[in-house]
Amino acid sequence: MNFFTKAFWLQLSSPKTFYPVAGKLTPLFMAIALVLTVVGLYYGFVLAPPDYQQGDSYRIMFIHVPAAWMSMWIYVVMCVFAIIGMVWRTRLSDMMAGALAPTGAMFTFLALWTGALWGKPTWGTYWVWDARLTSELILLFLYFGFIALRAAIDDPQRAARASALLACVGVINVPIIYFSVKWWNTLHQGASVGLTQKATMEETMLSAMMIMTFAFWAYTFAVAFMRVRNEILEREKNSAWVAQTLSGDASSDSVSQDANVGENK
Amino acid sequence: MNLPQFLDMGHYAPYVWGSYGVTFGFMLIELILLITKRRSLIKSIARLARLNKQC
Repeated sequence: MNFFTKAFWLQLSSPKTFYPVAGKLTPLFMAIALVLTVVGLYYGFVLAPPDYQQGDSYRIMFIHVPAAWMSMWIYVVMCVFAIIGMVWRTRLSDMMAGALAPTGAMFTFLALWTGALWGKPTWGTYWVWDARLTSELILLFLYFGFIALRAAIDDPQRAARASALLACVGVINVPIIYFSVKWWNTLHQGASVGLTQKATMEETMLSAMMIMTFAFWAYTFAVAFMRVRNEILEREKNSAWVAQTLSGDASSDSVSQDANVGENK
Repeated sequence: MNLPQFLDMGHYAPYVWGSYGVTFGFMLIELILLITKRRSLIKSIARLARLNKQC
């Protein structure tokens, strides 16, 4: 199998080919997510010491930061899929964008929720209209808009194009969220971890945070694959291969033939 | 550290466990919803196949 040929990607981007591939990958990523979560929680609650200023409340960070990172990352990936779908008209790309959106919205909400519960003991308030918090809230609304727009248009192709446009316009918000703590004076603290600087925290704390990030990442893969499989089933329920895959027994031949007839009507 | 001490989280229990509970709760609910959806889809497709067979 050559990963660098156009034919390979073209074939993989057909829902029929991708359906079993996603089915095989789902339990794998779920297992990775589960193992990493257990290890991450061990690091976060057992190995990492209490913070010298915040005591134990800082342990919220081990899910707050990964959730916030995932909320932004998923949006970018969703946008990339939307653009691919727009340019090459591959149905699967649009389905992947649609499959990622609810999970992205969930992580955005969780970043806000855990942030509020962390803000109360450390800042003395659940919420402020600070640049970081506000732009993250806008991200949540962008996700809602994307999901609602896709659901509102019946024709899948038109829905894909309209929502892709929204995703591309909205992606400008992601760097705004990321750099908001630099560009404006915010109550939210600046980044403790970055690509260009040394992390300013204890090693066990950093490990816990990174392991939880990878756990969330694997989880996202698993649920996105599950959702895209559901979407494929729903859209292709009349096709012969779906009937064949699902029944998989001796009667499948006649079923698929009949399903074929149904499709041609 | 003993268990009650651990659960107390240095008096930050509602904040810490409120965060973790909701996060993992949401993830679990998402999984359950996806599995339920898949089951209902499979059921409806099987029904469709049977109907096609009868015609």
